Amino acid sequence: MTAAVAIAEQKKKKERDAWSDLLASLSETRSKVDFSRLYEHFAPRVKAYIIRFGMPVAAAEELTQESMLAVWRKAHLYTRSKASASTWIFTLARNQCIDRLRREKAVEYELPEEEIDPDQRHYGEHAVLEERMSGAIAKLPEAQAQVLYLSYYEGKSHSEISEQLGIPLGSVKSRLRLAFSKLKAHWGEEE
Amino acid sequence: MKISHHLDDATLMARAAGALSDGMTLLVDSHLHWCKTCQTKAWEAECIGGELLSDIQPQAMSEGSLDSILGMLDGSEEVVAERAVKVKGSAEVPEPLAQIVGSDLDAIEWKRLGPGVQHYDFNFPGEGACRLLRIQPGVSVPHHTHKGNELTMILRGSYSDDVGRFCQGDVADLDEEIKHQPIVDTGSECICLIATEAPLKFTGIMGRLAQPFIGL
Repeated sequence: MTAAVAIAEQKKKKERDAWSDLLASLSETRSKVDFSRLYEHFAPRVKAYIIRFGMPVAAAEELTQESMLAVWRKAHLYTRSKASASTWIFTLARNQCIDRLRREKAVEYELPEEEIDPDQRHYGEHAVLEERMSGAIAKLPEAQAQVLYLSYYEGKSHSEISEQLGIPLGSVKSRLRLAFSKLKAHWGEEE
Repeated sequence: MKISHHLDDATLMARAAGALSDGMTLLVDSHLHWCKTCQTKAWEAECIGGELLSDIQPQAMSEGSLDSILGMLDGSEEVVAERAVKVKGSAEVPEPLAQIVGSDLDAIEWKRLGPGVQHYDFNFPGEGACRLLRIQPGVSVPHHTHKGNELTMILRGSYSDDVGRFCQGDVADLDEEIKHQPIVDTGSECICLIATEAPLKFTGIMGRLAQPFIGL
């Protein structure tokens, strides 16, 4: 790792920690100033994610507001040691997208909210590992990064990815698996 | 409960990405409810999403959106209190599944699908299928065709196929390239949850199941 890359990663880690600290304190402080800072940083990212997920811009704006409102309401469920602010907010935004799609299908049932009681969730000692992932995603081979983006950014199923890229379903899955194990290997690296 | 067959990493990533059908989400969440190993991986898969979110090119929100949300904060807490009371799971029904069918497998309104086989179809809208199957001892799982991924989770009893023996809590996470013909391998019935990416078509109900594979 070059010095420049190391410095960049260090800076990113500091930023990440700052956002996570701010979110963690929100349930205590209920500070609208702090919330506004989180909002200014995350709302445009959440909106970008929701648009890539396939929502029209107007709906994306609305879903972003709902996601950020959930950040405010559910802040007491966030545990600093278990996930970064970014990961937690990602899951809230993703759930908003899924719920919206479900409602659009005019369904009469409701799937239970997937949110597992945070105390029962088994995370392991991962907060520190998360910091090392960002660089690792950038280093993935093109073919693996591509399926990762199609899956996470666009919410495409394995079959849809297989069709779009013209590769067998098995290849989609093995590329995802390889990407996952590479990212995990990277988490495990000692600094 | 000792779980020996787990979800594929690729499936956990699809769940984290919000890319699974409703039926598959229900099955994955049901397995996660019982399986610590997969819970950890599911969380790791969500961290990938978190990383991608921090790396994404931001899209500016329209003017006044911050003011508008600040106006909504007060009083929004009350919504939390309104959350419905959860149905408790049981030894045979993980909590996410219990929200839909209740916690007693015997109380479900089973419909006959063929000799020795009953089912309950969730009829989720959208692509894919999701059903409970109840299969008598010695009977094979109805022969069916599917495209895409297929997940099966055992809730009661066990079955065996070329891949191995599947007991309560285990998941068979297979794609279309794997041919298998599971058979209920003990003297007790087997109840499993099955979810597929594409519609599930049962074939040869009359032919194949008229002759349960007893003694195979």
